[in-house]
Amino acid sequence: MSERKKITIDGNEAAAFVAHKTNEVCAIYPITPSSNMGEWADAWSAVGRKNIWNTVPTVVELQSEGGASGAVHGALQSGSLTTTFTASQGLLLMIPNMYKIAGELTSTVFHVSARSLACQALSIFGDHSDVMAVRQTGFALLASSSVQETMDQALIAQAATLQSRVPFLHFFDGFRTSHEVMKIEELLDSDMLAMLPHELIDAHRKRGLTPDKPVLRGTAQNPDVYFQGRETVNPFYEACPDMVQKAMDHFAQLTGRQYNLFDYIGHPEADRIIIIMGSGADTATETIDYLTAQGEKVGMIKVHLFRPFSVKHFIGAIPASVKKIAVLDRTKEPGSAGEPLYQDILTALAETMTTGGLPTAGFPHVIGGRYGLSSKEFTPSMVKAVYDELKKDNPKNHFTIGIHDDVSHSSLEWDPAFSTEPDSVFRGMFYGLGADGTVSANKDSIKIIGEKTDNYAQGYFVYDSKKSGSITTSHLRFGPKPIRSAYLITSAQFVACHQAVFLEKYDMLRSIMPGGTFLLNTPYSRDEVWNTLPRKVQKQIIDKKLRFFAIDGNKVAEATGMGQRVNRIMQTCFFAISGILPKEEAIEKIKTSIKKTYGAKGDKIVQMNYVAVDATLEDLFEVTIPATVTSTLELAPTVSTNAPAFVQDVTSSIIAGYGDDLPVSKFPVDGTYPTATAQWEKRNIALEIPEFDPNTCIQCGKCAMVCPHATIRIKVYEEQHLEGAPATFKSCDYKGREYPGWKYSIQVAPEECTGCGVCVDICPAKNKSEVRLKAINMVPQPPIREQERANWDFFLGIPEVDRRTVKVDTIKGSQFLQPLFEFSGACSGCGETPYVKLVSQLFGDRTIIANATGCSSIYGGNLPTTPWAQDPNGRGPAWSNSLFEDNAEFGYGFRLTIDKQTEAARELLVAMTDDLGGDTVRALLDADQSTEAGIFDQRARVADLKVKLASIAKPLSQQLLSIADFLVKKSVWIMGGDGWAYDIGYGGLDHVLASGRNVNVLVLDTEVYSNTGGQMSKATQIGAVAKFAAGGKPIAKKDLGLIAMSYGSVYVAAVSMGYSDIQTLRAIVEAEAYDGPSIIIAYSHCIAHGIDMARGMQNQKHIVESGMFPLYRYNPALALEGKNPFKLDSKAPSISVKDFTSTETRFSMLFKSNPAEAEKLAVLAQEHVNQKYRYLSGLEKMFAEGAAATDALKVLA
Amino acid sequence: MDLTTTYMGLTLKNPLVPSASPLSKDIGTIKAMEDAGASAIVMYSLFEEQITHDQKALDHFLTAGAESFAEAISYFPVQTDYNLGPDEYLEHIHIAKAATDIPIIGSLNGVSAGGWIDYARKIEQAGADGLELNVYYIPTDGKYDAAAIENIYLEDLKLIKSSIKIPVAMKLSPFFSSMSSMAAKLDAAGADALVMFNRFYQPDFDLDKLEVVPSLNLSTSAEGRLPLRWIAILYSHIKASMAATTGVHTHIDMLKMLMAGADVTMMCSALLHHGVPHIRKTLADLEAWMTEHEYESVKQMKGSMSQRNVAEPAAFERANYMKALQSWKITV
Repeated sequence: MSERKKITIDGNEAAAFVAHKTNEVCAIYPITPSSNMGEWADAWSAVGRKNIWNTVPTVVELQSEGGASGAVHGALQSGSLTTTFTASQGLLLMIPNMYKIAGELTSTVFHVSARSLACQALSIFGDHSDVMAVRQTGFALLASSSVQETMDQALIAQAATLQSRVPFLHFFDGFRTSHEVMKIEELLDSDMLAMLPHELIDAHRKRGLTPDKPVLRGTAQNPDVYFQGRETVNPFYEACPDMVQKAMDHFAQLTGRQYNLFDYIGHPEADRIIIIMGSGADTATETIDYLTAQGEKVGMIKVHLFRPFSVKHFIGAIPASVKKIAVLDRTKEPGSAGEPLYQDILTALAETMTTGGLPTAGFPHVIGGRYGLSSKEFTPSMVKAVYDELKKDNPKNHFTIGIHDDVSHSSLEWDPAFSTEPDSVFRGMFYGLGADGTVSANKDSIKIIGEKTDNYAQGYFVYDSKKSGSITTSHLRFGPKPIRSAYLITSAQFVACHQAVFLEKYDMLRSIMPGGTFLLNTPYSRDEVWNTLPRKVQKQIIDKKLRFFAIDGNKVAEATGMGQRVNRIMQTCFFAISGILPKEEAIEKIKTSIKKTYGAKGDKIVQMNYVAVDATLEDLFEVTIPATVTSTLELAPTVSTNAPAFVQDVTSSIIAGYGDDLPVSKFPVDGTYPTATAQWEKRNIALEIPEFDPNTCIQCGKCAMVCPHATIRIKVYEEQHLEGAPATFKSCDYKGREYPGWKYSIQVAPEECTGCGVCVDICPAKNKSEVRLKAINMVPQPPIREQERANWDFFLGIPEVDRRTVKVDTIKGSQFLQPLFEFSGACSGCGETPYVKLVSQLFGDRTIIANATGCSSIYGGNLPTTPWAQDPNGRGPAWSNSLFEDNAEFGYGFRLTIDKQTEAARELLVAMTDDLGGDTVRALLDADQSTEAGIFDQRARVADLKVKLASIAKPLSQQLLSIADFLVKKSVWIMGGDGWAYDIGYGGLDHVLASGRNVNVLVLDTEVYSNTGGQMSKATQIGAVAKFAAGGKPIAKKDLGLIAMSYGSVYVAAVSMGYSDIQTLRAIVEAEAYDGPSIIIAYSHCIAHGIDMARGMQNQKHIVESGMFPLYRYNPALALEGKNPFKLDSKAPSISVKDFTSTETRFSMLFKSNPAEAEKLAVLAQEHVNQKYRYLSGLEKMFAEGAAATDALKVLA
Repeated sequence: MDLTTTYMGLTLKNPLVPSASPLSKDIGTIKAMEDAGASAIVMYSLFEEQITHDQKALDHFLTAGAESFAEAISYFPVQTDYNLGPDEYLEHIHIAKAATDIPIIGSLNGVSAGGWIDYARKIEQAGADGLELNVYYIPTDGKYDAAAIENIYLEDLKLIKSSIKIPVAMKLSPFFSSMSSMAAKLDAAGADALVMFNRFYQPDFDLDKLEVVPSLNLSTSAEGRLPLRWIAILYSHIKASMAATTGVHTHIDMLKMLMAGADVTMMCSALLHHGVPHIRKTLADLEAWMTEHEYESVKQMKGSMSQRNVAEPAAFERANYMKALQSWKITV
């Protein structure tokens, strides 16, 4: 056997490595957690990496998984070796093609990082719900349980599919395996060539469609023959398992790693066994090793080939001694007789029992259970609990393990203290901020340890559901033996806290073992640091006899030009303290790694990191631990005692990181959660927040308008409301004429502000004595936190202005309206949320929102809290997310309901005229609800109506009572990103726009798939670099607005708040007022653009000035009035495309990576801009002439 | 007519050299300047701060938000190589050298000697015939006295000179307490040429926005008086070549500088204003003037009106200032 390289990679890279080496075409669509596989493939092809047949595979991105599977099907049918990568809903969208591919006996391997399906909620995390949903398609299902297996079985699957002609779905657990970094052995090209002989490749190609040998495939068949045709494939499925085993045996000859369809692991005379597939099998293996060493007779059958299910091989794997079996499924099928693996095991046993041949003495006692849904932890303790359950005479069937089910009482108890981890395995946990680079440094450490020492190494990384101020936890293990611990560390020898502020919030030392080491990044000195620790932390340090090290990492980072990134500094500390490598060697390895990581980005960056590493050790110190606790600081309560009961009871536990402990009974049965909960989180993530200077303020309202997090608010109010104001509360006379004598305040929510600085950037007012100061200025948050908390609370108590008095079509007026979208976890300085917030201010009290999956559904609806809020009357947006692809149709359904129920209510009103009185009915039917006042009055009428109806004892009154609220205007908003609107949801969006129904579509156009990490969409600009467009997108952005405009009946606007806030406001107001479909395409700057997010509004301005995002409004209502319906709102381009693109990394990086191509695309982009401006200005002129002609006709008439 | 001249050891076919400007960013324009008659080209400057800034910015923006959120571990595709700062510049020099037959002079702009040595070597390796160092330093920190500032220039020069073999020119600020002394020190430290003078772009105020804004005004011929004076004064006192680099717009300006003692005249604003063909016109005008005035060569006129060679050396000194003021006509 040849010497194989040891590499440290994650499961996605392992699968992609083989897939890229053994295929010719790859068609994908991004979806978490499989996106990285496609991205690896794309990146490799982009740099010319060849497959084992010496050609660079073609990697393409489609508009949806449905599209990707169609392209895969086509490429396969024409003879290419073709693959795809997907998960979850993406896999579901591939089902139709999977039936076709299997029905046509087509060789392919789909690699799936298995993920939960959206049911009561979406989850991006891992389980087998998706792969179990395709077990009927005819694809073979091959499971891998670790990163090494993932690489190995990717090849075994490829060999088996070519041999058997049965298509394969090769899966491994999303996140737990797909994102786990592990030291593994890399396969050689020679391994792959040996497993994939040319004759099989040739046979596959020969089955491809070609006009040189024309055939017909994909016929329509009738009752006379379809059935028979369906049965023709049976011999292939019967032969498949043996072919897979043969491939596994061949693989073992090449590599020494033997796999079987069903691997038995454990005591040879086990009486109790578990049957399981996926990463849980590794945890079970570790537990079995431990328990058998204790004398227990336990074992496990690890299922690799789940489909085609080979009864023969399965029965052959069962030890004769087995009496009881627990089948563990990582999925749930409500209403079924049992989960899929359980059912197949029972079927296999029963069939064998029927025909004779069971190796066991009698039919074993079989129970089934569910575990690990959505990456729920599955630990050795839980494995042991299952074995313990099997010891019972009457073990629980259809159990759950890993949760506390106090509703159906399905759950098994487990002992959290039980551990199988040997002391020889080093276990370290690192708490960091997303922004400080902790994860990347830890990935680097794992590579250093894995590839530069003899240790086996594993890294797993837990991320936040927030995109700003997010906390990351890195779990690192390494030791002399292979690591099979597919679960989070609960007992660490080393815990590092990279941000001192975490000490106030998280109980990090609960996971450290006695005698362990704690490393803290702190601004305090050796003498001061002890007294800054909360009481609980001090006690844990003393009680657990910890060693305590500290460093002012931020000071070192600042001094060495690293800014906020303390990662290299803390990494150096880790190596220095842990002694894994001799200090000098560790530093040399870190530097080598720095050179490798940053070398491409320039020597200055490398040198800066070197300096930081060298400067670190001088500042690292060990703290002498006193004998007693001295601190009086307590960990802050998670939420205020003023929070609603559900928030205190449930939400607070999730916020605090104790969501795993919540029992089933705490959760709503249908996924329905209260809104207005983000206000209770008090995340305190800003280092600096804006401070109001009333003397400089010109009261324009722009700061509140652009605030992405609704943390800067404005109120106008009568002076009497200042009574009892805190001494530091700021107020000034209101300058407008509409509220004479009133007061005006701008107040910041100090604990919710993310410190993005967008408000300060946009503020046009300057202090006349010190021009660097504006009307709002960033100041450090901690010193004023308490003061501003009191001011914020006081501010909230000031009454909201009467909406009927507000000029909503002015910036100033619109910002007097209460935002009903507040404190989202979007990226600090997000470009999307100002639009969302503005809609909530204008119409939130009467809005129902359909939200496509993506950034906006995550910051809008990811637990623990939601930013969607309520007004003082308890009204606010009702929000739901259906899927990614169906959002327009979903919102359209809302409108169908509203229209139908409104119609029915009006019919009932007419029918009840005699009971209600003609005046009442007429007033309700004829109400003008085009203004806030009109809606206010109608609500009052409906309230009166309901009182009247309650007193009328007639069936009709009951009917009307249940739908009377539909008599008040409702506003339907359909929101989502460009990935939805331009790509996956485009067909549905087009249909809904053509429906004529009154829906409002808000496209938050970041010109890239933001939520999944920057993949190209059809909104991506020409010349921009994105994933799947590493060489710059060669094609111009789709003009969605012009397409929508072609109907003539759709209100269309393109807006960019940073260029014109008033045009944005007017467009949103007009769109909502238009009684028909409306679409607003809102340019949204994004972290995926590689820009200074604090100046995002400037980028919004500049892209419009360059002509790359022209602004316009098309209002069909104006055409009906004989007016020009089209207005080009942006001026002629005033800066060149290059002037703009040089300010954004998404464009400028191409000038660094491929200057010639960048120049070429820049020229094309400029030509496109020039052409677009000519077209739009011509369109405006044409419409104006048309309108004039209409007017002339009117005069003549 | 013999227009040849020698500048920092390089023999040039005439004394008109386009100075560092955006014009040299394009290979086509470089070729056009050569075709129009430019005798050498000083490339646009490689800015030390720009290199550092670009690298830091690229790293920052490519990694901002990465490894923070489970669905978006990164936001940009992996690139294995970037053409950063010096790489791009060096490649440009390499191409320019291959595309032309005239000397190509690299230009480094910055203040720290340490960061320069590596770039200087690379510029030499890329094929540059000479290197111009532009120490663009505004001494705003009061703790550095004049000697300390002068020392920066001298140390930078010595370090670079000891690192490379191609000739090195120092582009100077006119704001030294003793220009003559400074020139002598630089000469002694090995400068192959002094380029006089750098035009510091002075910031302006935007009163509507209350912002300090950069301003870029092209020079005028009148601004040539400052280098004219100092070239005239320094002529024959230093071994290093001298280049006049402010206010050279016409053949008249060239003639004055040459007569003052310049070895070459460097043109920038006029080319930005009139375009590359202005080189051909200026050279033709120069030759015509010399023919008309019966000069045979540039060498013949070089330094002919330097302080040493004029009848009234005091004209370059304070007495001249008094005279100039007195001759000013006050318009009421």
